[in-house]
Amino acid sequence: MIPELGHFALIIAFAISIVQSVVPLIGAARNEASLIAVARPAALAQLLFIGLAYAALTHAFIVHDFSVLYVSEHSNLVQPLMYRISGVWGSHEGSLLLWVLILSIWTVSVAAFSRHLPEILMARVLAVMAMISTGFLAFMLFTSNPFERIFPAPLDGNELNPLLQDPGLAIHPPMLYMGYVGFSVAFAFAVAALLGGKLDATWARWSRPWTTVAWCFLTIGIALGSWWAYNELGWGGWWFWDPVENASFMPWLVGTALIHSLASTEKRGVFKSWTVLLAILAFSLSLLGTFIVRSGVLVSVHAFATDPARGVFILAFLAVVVGGSLALYAWRSGKVVSYGRFQWFSRESALLLNNIILLTAAAAVLVGTLYPLVVDAFGIGKISVGRPYFDTMFSLVAIPLALLLGIGPAIRWKGDNWARISRVMTTIFIVSLVTGLLLPFLIEDELNLGTGLGLAAALWIALTTLKDLFSRLSHKLRLSPSYAGMVIAHLGVAIFIVGVTITMSYSVEKDLRVAPGSSYQIADYDFHFQGTRKVKGENYLADEAVIEIWSGNEKTGELFPQKRVYSGKGNPMTDASIDKSLFRDLYAALGEELDNGAWSMRVYYKPMIRWIWLGCIFMAIGGVLAISDRRYRQTVRQKLTEKLSVSRA
Amino acid sequence: MNKRSRRKVLIIAVVFGVGLATVLGLTAFQENLLYFYTPTQIKAGEAPQSHSFRVGGLVVNGSVSREAGSLKVQFDLTDNAETMTVQYTGILPDLFREGQGIVAMGSLQPNGMFVADEVLAKHDENYMPPEVADALKAAEQTAKERASGKI
Repeated sequence: MIPELGHFALIIAFAISIVQSVVPLIGAARNEASLIAVARPAALAQLLFIGLAYAALTHAFIVHDFSVLYVSEHSNLVQPLMYRISGVWGSHEGSLLLWVLILSIWTVSVAAFSRHLPEILMARVLAVMAMISTGFLAFMLFTSNPFERIFPAPLDGNELNPLLQDPGLAIHPPMLYMGYVGFSVAFAFAVAALLGGKLDATWARWSRPWTTVAWCFLTIGIALGSWWAYNELGWGGWWFWDPVENASFMPWLVGTALIHSLASTEKRGVFKSWTVLLAILAFSLSLLGTFIVRSGVLVSVHAFATDPARGVFILAFLAVVVGGSLALYAWRSGKVVSYGRFQWFSRESALLLNNIILLTAAAAVLVGTLYPLVVDAFGIGKISVGRPYFDTMFSLVAIPLALLLGIGPAIRWKGDNWARISRVMTTIFIVSLVTGLLLPFLIEDELNLGTGLGLAAALWIALTTLKDLFSRLSHKLRLSPSYAGMVIAHLGVAIFIVGVTITMSYSVEKDLRVAPGSSYQIADYDFHFQGTRKVKGENYLADEAVIEIWSGNEKTGELFPQKRVYSGKGNPMTDASIDKSLFRDLYAALGEELDNGAWSMRVYYKPMIRWIWLGCIFMAIGGVLAISDRRYRQTVRQKLTEKLSVSRA
Repeated sequence: MNKRSRRKVLIIAVVFGVGLATVLGLTAFQENLLYFYTPTQIKAGEAPQSHSFRVGGLVVNGSVSREAGSLKVQFDLTDNAETMTVQYTGILPDLFREGQGIVAMGSLQPNGMFVADEVLAKHDENYMPPEVADALKAAEQTAKERASGKI
């Protein structure tokens, strides 16, 4: 009964979303307050019914209702409660439901925190968000209903893919979706502004904090995914340029460009149409990312042929959203005039260059990700793009981006003079380059250009950022939270680059054949393999190896990597064991049992890998700080009221 | 330089930068395209000798053999029409087993042995890598046509 209620709630939500996408727009066009007023309550009602549907599906998971097809495919009797709750978004149908739930949460937040905005604009924004919601609800109801029953109901279900049974991965999709869907706010604002035909800097000022929040969630979401891959996949890598990863990375790159471009538009009124275009692009890539990962197109493009309804719907939806918004953009953006003027050596130019570089990177990822799909779809052949392509592209992009990141924040808006900053910049440049190139020599008595340049780039970013901070402090300038946020986020980039450079240059990775009682040296550590034992977990059995780690004559730690067999499908699964610290990780993963108690084992020494995720955390904290700027929000309110009074006058 | 020519220089620099990035990118792209071949295609000599590529098929039952005291593994891969031998040193993925569809990346040796740098088996026992599924289908098709006397 409850699943049917959930299904029914979805249908009601669908009906409400249609009303919410049409009525407020008519109201806005005719300037009828009663129609405009429909938007807010409709958004709230939609959240209520989608929430009910979501609760119904969660309930089905918790009480083991295997008569629901989706539950029986992704849960079983022994699955721990936590993974029954996260099992809801473990696959296609449920993750769509999570997606619309998050969308309606964002919609209601926008409605709640924007009482100061003109009602007409609000009505348009909420209508655009409802259109997106309509698309997703229709997709679910007509092709991917999570509440579909099976008869007869099985006694026990399949289980959630054991790989997904990890706390990091349980919260990874919601975080990622908060980011993806969060970009819909900037998108809705851009489209609403285009619809209204009045594209001033207001929309940028207003959508800026929302975009930053979304970007923070996306940053953390991607970092969590990388962290999970490192912990769970047993390969010890942190990024694989897998299409699934690329799908989340593209919106991040464009989103990063967007938050920088929004800064220019908000502060100086420049790049208005460019920023609108970025907002459309960021959200389109978020949609593409959602569908690429969840629709099965990656497993096989021919999956679309076996279930054409889904494929056709997705393509049509993407075409409507992307094509529609771009058409609107082409039609309306001609009227946009950017009033700000700036010289070529200015903050504006630096931010524009930042955008160009980030978009180049996004384009490189897009080509590498979609090309194999296109080739396969046309039956030309089966290819894949190797990891070195992406690595090369990103080393190419990283150098100009790092250079720019150091100089950009030091340049003044509107126009500046290179001579003003040239002495400081040149000094820092030489210091970082020399130190960076010397460091590999100190670490390993060996010159290494790649490593040296990476470290030099990180130093350059850190030193220029700190120099700017200290000169502001010494001039007793007040530091706004948004400035502090920028400093922390940029230091995060430096930390990230250090982590990537050191891990890629100095990791030791070995596949070993280990016999009980023997010991193996990796970097400066001795791994003593004591043997294996059997252990029993909540829903699996495992062989667990015991490894002591010695550094010189001192025992510094123990590792217990496992080979698990989950009760559901009987699949073996590797559970790596990691001795973590800020400066190095020691990592062991069991392969398979060979002969006489010997095992194959993968052993890694990973220096400073933690800095990669630490850098991401810094970036996200920077973003949160930037939004927390109260002064900023007050000026928004103030400026808006000024603007409104002017336009009314 | 006056303002206008400065702006021109900036625009030219940006265009040049993006152009350079595109050229370098496309070169890297071209070099890193990995093609996929089936055992039948490899037996027919269609696969490159010097380049690395990917091959996929089913692991033949009873063909997996290990060298004692090392991590060297050898196994046969088939698309049900032709069979070839693959050699790999290291740890095989969790779901590698006989009868399973796998994809290997590596290069062909002059003696016809495929030496893999990487072996992939996806994490689901029902799941068949799409390349392997298509390879099997193609081989089956050829066999049918042969039986009906078309070839």
